[in-house]
Amino acid sequence: MGSRWHNYSHLIRMAALFVAGILIFLVGRSFFVPADFGVYGHYRAGALDDARARPIRFAGQAACVECHSDISDLRKTARHARVSCESCHGALATHAAGDEPLKPTRPNGKALCVGCHTKSPSKPVAFPQIDVADHAGDNACIECHNPHAPKMS
Amino acid sequence: MDESRRKFLMGAGRLLVLTGAASVAWDAIVEGQPEKAPNYNTIDHWWGMVIDIEKCIGCGQCVRACKEENGVLLDDEHFRTWVERYVVDMDDPEHPLVDAPNGGYDGFADLPGMPENIKTFFVPKLCNHCVDSPCVQVCPVGATFDSPDGVVLVDKDRCLGCRYCVQACPYGCRYIDPRTNTVDKCTLCYHRITKGLTTACCEVCPTGARMLGDLKNPTDPIHAFLRTHKVQVLKPQMATGSKTYYNGLDGSVR
Amino acid sequence: MAGAFILASLERVFNVHVVKPTYRLALLTALAFLIVAPLPLQLHLGHPERSLEMYFTPHTTSAMAMFGFVYLWYLMVVLVLEIWLDYRKDLVLAWRASRGVARWFYAVLCLGVDNISDEALRIDDTVGHTLTIIGIPSAFLLHGYVGFIFGSIKANPWWSTPLMPIVFLFSAMVSGIALVMLMYMAMSKLYRREIDVACVDKIAQYLFYAFIIDFTLEMIDLIHRVYESDESFRALDFMVHTRLFTSQIVLQIMVGTVVPLALLAVTQLFTIPSATRLRIYTVAGVLTLVGIFAMRWNVVIGGQLFSKSFLGYTTYKMQYVTRDGLLPAIALLIAPFGILWLLVRLLPPWAPEPAAESGVVGKATV
Repeated sequence: MGSRWHNYSHLIRMAALFVAGILIFLVGRSFFVPADFGVYGHYRAGALDDARARPIRFAGQAACVECHSDISDLRKTARHARVSCESCHGALATHAAGDEPLKPTRPNGKALCVGCHTKSPSKPVAFPQIDVADHAGDNACIECHNPHAPKMS
Repeated sequence: MDESRRKFLMGAGRLLVLTGAASVAWDAIVEGQPEKAPNYNTIDHWWGMVIDIEKCIGCGQCVRACKEENGVLLDDEHFRTWVERYVVDMDDPEHPLVDAPNGGYDGFADLPGMPENIKTFFVPKLCNHCVDSPCVQVCPVGATFDSPDGVVLVDKDRCLGCRYCVQACPYGCRYIDPRTNTVDKCTLCYHRITKGLTTACCEVCPTGARMLGDLKNPTDPIHAFLRTHKVQVLKPQMATGSKTYYNGLDGSVR
Repeated sequence: MAGAFILASLERVFNVHVVKPTYRLALLTALAFLIVAPLPLQLHLGHPERSLEMYFTPHTTSAMAMFGFVYLWYLMVVLVLEIWLDYRKDLVLAWRASRGVARWFYAVLCLGVDNISDEALRIDDTVGHTLTIIGIPSAFLLHGYVGFIFGSIKANPWWSTPLMPIVFLFSAMVSGIALVMLMYMAMSKLYRREIDVACVDKIAQYLFYAFIIDFTLEMIDLIHRVYESDESFRALDFMVHTRLFTSQIVLQIMVGTVVPLALLAVTQLFTIPSATRLRIYTVAGVLTLVGIFAMRWNVVIGGQLFSKSFLGYTTYKMQYVTRDGLLPAIALLIAPFGILWLLVRLLPPWAPEPAAESGVVGKATV
């Protein structure tokens, strides 16, 4: 231990402080970084499971058809064949699962129809649209049109 | 068959099938008990979306369904998907008038006094789930990422709320959810598509203007559609690798 | 902050000795501001308690994440080390001279080493010199990086330009030099010391040069935008003429750049008595700081005032007492001066008695 290093001792101590700091950081890091981080990429793999874990609200057409096959058969060849059930009837996952309330609310037989079918220059020309006031006055659409087979023969 | 007997038979049949059906797949489709997806392999899928402008009627079903399915804030400032109405004056086609009242949530009321010489249409927008996503690039902590099946997701447990990604997204589809102070955006209904369902917005679209597509599935109709239609992505000059393809997209759309 | 360090480097590395009186003050100013710098960022985060994630799991493609390490490097290796080495002799003397808690405090700062022999101080000086040399590109990296954080966002045309890192760097230099100049004059007045006019003249000259470069760069950016007139121009032009008119045209360009440049030009071109010169410098310095602050406002807030489709605008609603409100912002603007006051007390930038270094009575030395 000569006097050669004596004049550097403060620098050596400072360097040791830095090294200690880096080591503490590296050790601490292992506590804070989740174990599944970096498995698939620069993210926590568990986030994929988190994203999948939402409850489902719209059951999907297939679920409705399971029980309501008669309506489904009627609609298959009708104009609303490609409109899914929940498009008009709202989210029905709880209904399909058999939970309360078993019977969902019936949609409004005018307002709902008007929402899609009122005439607008922004809609594609080929889409069936009509000036509702002219066509139906104050009457509800379902007075004449069956929503599951809306074309009047 | 008279009405009351018909109703009885329907009711009985319903009860019978329900018990069976309920026990099969819908056990877990109850609020608060999310279903696991044990048979879903991420590398077998590569998700994209097709939006057909020529079919969109601006009904707003997709906006409403998304908000319901994903619990998005019901105010007029936060949307995971929204619909814009473009009104292009042919005398000034470079500068369209665009409106999106409440994001299209309540549909669109008629525009009063529109000039004669116009072109008008609806443009639904959402996260484009880009392959070279600029939002993923700038996230400082890996809180937003590309899933192996091509969906850009947000890890709510790691997001700092720094908002860098909100600025980096060229499509403006990200926002800060004030309830969690983290970033939120369209997840392509990841909780649905990993269980064989389609996204909420595609489920309720009455005209088929929105179509989910699995680009890795050789039988998916998206392949035929992309081959037979002239499709574009939004802001192609940004080279984001957007996987949201628009059919019939007018040049005035920003 | 950049300017403060540039001034310090001018003395150390480029042997511009006339600015020596401001050397230590510049270092302390840089440290005070650098300590406060992350605080507004923290307040802005949705989850500040998660901010360490940037160090634990940094995303290497994210400029913001990498900046955390650039910042850390600059703070610890460049600034803290350099200040420590420069002040070590005074710290050891203070350790020897104090009692009680203060004694422990200085002992810790000295890392328990009492050695201030000539050889040790010579080693300190060499290492410090090396650090300053490393520090200059480090300072450039730090401030240029902040510019890159904005300039690399292709989705935002108000930010996206390769000029952004350079503009940020030079505007930081300008504001730093102006601040140190003002601080030096203010503190000299406060501690009743004579102002070294040659020193201030030199600093003002560097301010003038840096400002010319900064203004040129910003004007190049503006001219390019107007000339190329790309897709975003119409929307941005409208924004500047309406929402940003006061902050950009009036505050940043006219009051904050053209006027101080003109004032400084006058002092460079004409012979003016020193007392008047100092007053002109003060006015120019204050206006410069206003202008640079306005520039930051215009870049950051301006970039968020328009929609990504360039078809609409948003509104900035300034809050007052929320985390990112006006009152905390004012507190954060004052905080570095508070820290600087503390630092000046602990580590005085001036020797207690005027030294006979150059034989001039009353000249402040380090």
